[in-house]
Amino acid sequence: MRKLLFAVAVLLAVPAFAVEPDEVLPDPALEARAREISKGLRCLVCRNESIDESNASLAKDLRVLVRERLVEGDSDVEVVDFVVDRYGEYVLLKPTTGGANVLLWIAGPAMLLLALGIGAVYIRGRRAAGDTPADTLSEAEQARLKEIMRE
Amino acid sequence: MITELGHFALVLAFAVAIVQTVVPLIGAHKGWGGWMAVAEPAATAQFTLTLASFGALTYAFVTSDFSLALVVNNSHTAKPLIYKISGVWGNHEGSMLLWVLILTLFGALAAWFGGNLPPTLRARVLAVQSAIAVAFFAFILFTSNPFLRLAIPPFDGHDLNPLLQDPGLAFHPPFLYLGYVGLSICFSFAVAALIEGRVDAAWGRWVRPWTLLSWMFLTIGIGLGSWWAYYELGWGGFWFWDPVENASFMPWLIAAALLHSAIVVEKREALKSWTILLAIMAFGFSLIGTFIVRSGVITSVHAFANDPERGVFILMILAIFMGGALVLYAARAGVMEAKGVFGIVSRESALVLNNILLAVAALVVFVGTIWPLIAEMTLGRKLSVGPPFFDMAFTPFMVILALILPIGAILPWKRARVGRALKQLRIAFVVALAFGALAWAMQTGRSALGPVGLFLGTWLVSGAVVDLLTRTGRGAIGDKLRRLVRLPRADWGKAVAHAGLGITIFGIAGLTAWEQEDIRVAQIGERFEVGAWGIQLDNVQRVQGPNYVATQGVMSVWRDDVAVAELTPEKRVYPVAGMPTTEAGIDNGFWRDIYLVIGDPQDDGGWAVRTYIKPFANWIWSGTIIMALGGLLSLSDRRYRVAAGAKKAAPGGAVPAE
Repeated sequence: MRKLLFAVAVLLAVPAFAVEPDEVLPDPALEARAREISKGLRCLVCRNESIDESNASLAKDLRVLVRERLVEGDSDVEVVDFVVDRYGEYVLLKPTTGGANVLLWIAGPAMLLLALGIGAVYIRGRRAAGDTPADTLSEAEQARLKEIMRE
Repeated sequence: MITELGHFALVLAFAVAIVQTVVPLIGAHKGWGGWMAVAEPAATAQFTLTLASFGALTYAFVTSDFSLALVVNNSHTAKPLIYKISGVWGNHEGSMLLWVLILTLFGALAAWFGGNLPPTLRARVLAVQSAIAVAFFAFILFTSNPFLRLAIPPFDGHDLNPLLQDPGLAFHPPFLYLGYVGLSICFSFAVAALIEGRVDAAWGRWVRPWTLLSWMFLTIGIGLGSWWAYYELGWGGFWFWDPVENASFMPWLIAAALLHSAIVVEKREALKSWTILLAIMAFGFSLIGTFIVRSGVITSVHAFANDPERGVFILMILAIFMGGALVLYAARAGVMEAKGVFGIVSRESALVLNNILLAVAALVVFVGTIWPLIAEMTLGRKLSVGPPFFDMAFTPFMVILALILPIGAILPWKRARVGRALKQLRIAFVVALAFGALAWAMQTGRSALGPVGLFLGTWLVSGAVVDLLTRTGRGAIGDKLRRLVRLPRADWGKAVAHAGLGITIFGIAGLTAWEQEDIRVAQIGERFEVGAWGIQLDNVQRVQGPNYVATQGVMSVWRDDVAVAELTPEKRVYPVAGMPTTEAGIDNGFWRDIYLVIGDPQDDGGWAVRTYIKPFANWIWSGTIIMALGGLLSLSDRRYRVAAGAKKAAPGGAVPAE
């Protein structure tokens, strides 16, 4: 299933590595930033892989591009903006919070609050039900209890 | 000939399924015993026929019968036998046949072990189960028939996708399907109960073992898939938040919630309508998963056009069953009044919280998975929702869940005091804090992920130990030990499964936080250092496999001039399928895995080599196995056994002589 998808991804790819030794920048701090940025950018010809993981040649081009921008002194945000300008927001693995995407981001917290609210009402209801008879034993039950205790 | 028999058996099974859907349902409605009694032999016949059909397809694969289109596309004579067999389900048509085989197996199991169910409920459960089978038989026969012949058979096949030629993957789909499809029984029970209009403690007791069973298989299936991704994809990732992975993860989360809420139904006769809804949703997510995987609509909108017929068919199945069940639910949910009464602080409330967290977490995964589709269809925005989103949106739920789990697990039913539970858990908390602080002190300048993960993991494990110990009461050590051994298996299962979760959480946090990576060009015979380890590329050779050729690196791992391991990472090429794969060389260890990958030769000599030190990697899958074991222990408890209540157990028979 998932494997089939990966298979498709690999089929599209040139048999190579993800990050290759010749791409790695000499400055470790810059390289670390490049890796971090790469992890958030989607390989456009793959299925759900970041350019950091992908073997595809397009991913390699993008990795090199990211590093070029970094070497030229761009900030992380500038690099990402540069790539998004060229390829659209589809490359962002972490969607923006702009526009309707707000719904996506607040869906979790909103649903949690709603569920907690419903849960609280339900639990209070269950407790309220307990204030009435169910908690105490009826005469017959009292008698039965005594019987059991005697046994 | 055997192929035609298999095809014929499938058609017959379809016919039997229709009979089994209609007749028992009418019988149960009218109270006709004879009509209801049709269900059991029909379920057996349905399963036997499907098994025969599956056997015929397997025979075609094993004997490499290339007059079948499916065999041509997915097999090759040179392929090892095990992959000829696993090739049966390594494709769309065959995997759907496996799906219905398991569906009918669960139907038959329900028929065989359902002797203690009231006759009308049993007839209805089997009829609903069979209705699902009707839909999927129709799907196979009309859109994905595996038994199609070719007029001119070729001499050899196109081979199975090489990534699937792997032991981990050979058994991943069957386990996953056992879990997915097992949830159909819970769905059938829920719908049957809605038709009956009665849900009581007994219903909770009948549903729980099936949920446990499905959840266990799902756990193993997901674990196998993740393990496969770890060693096969060449860089040691274990979870990608891929839509297809999410498709299996959502039912797992809902099944976990159902597992817990069914306890409340069984013990306290509360949360009934919620449990019914969960049972419907759990299978609903299984169907959604099938839809996502089969149509390809979410991974790529364009893939939908490749096979619109199949996607639409599954969407129709989904709409009919979910729509029908939910309408029935809306009409009947009011009938199920809760009886049990409990205070705000109680085991019941804790389980409600557990359900809220698991269900909302599943919905977050769901929204994230389908958001690209919604955005493209309604807004025309083409966007991606990838791992960074899920890590951020999903993880908090698991952290909260892990924090409250040991407390909730130790609270008594009905009415409890938090202070008392916290007092009991004091030691567990201190131990967990100590481990977390230790991890914090030992690492410098890294994220809080590792220490937090270690804290949560230890908290869960030690919380589970405390949970068991508090059940042994007071008295001498000997008495306590005796009581500990005699605790019901369900209690042991609970503690073991919770501890397993802790181990998995710790493994994930540890691996993510403390992984080391090294990418370089290695010269043959030259040693380089990664962390505390020395790695040396000794040799590179060509290896001929049964249906592939490989470039194999022979690499040795050293620690302080002592050879630790010799690993042989490979790059394979499968000529028939025309595809390369990477086989990492992995030295598995308790504390760490050493993970080596060999790449391409470089123009100026040497080979590209990747080295990873992956701490605690195996803890992830060990935890998964422990969770599944916990489920098994709980399932083996006499109170929940599938045939529970069929016969009264002799008192004291459970405990072996000391």
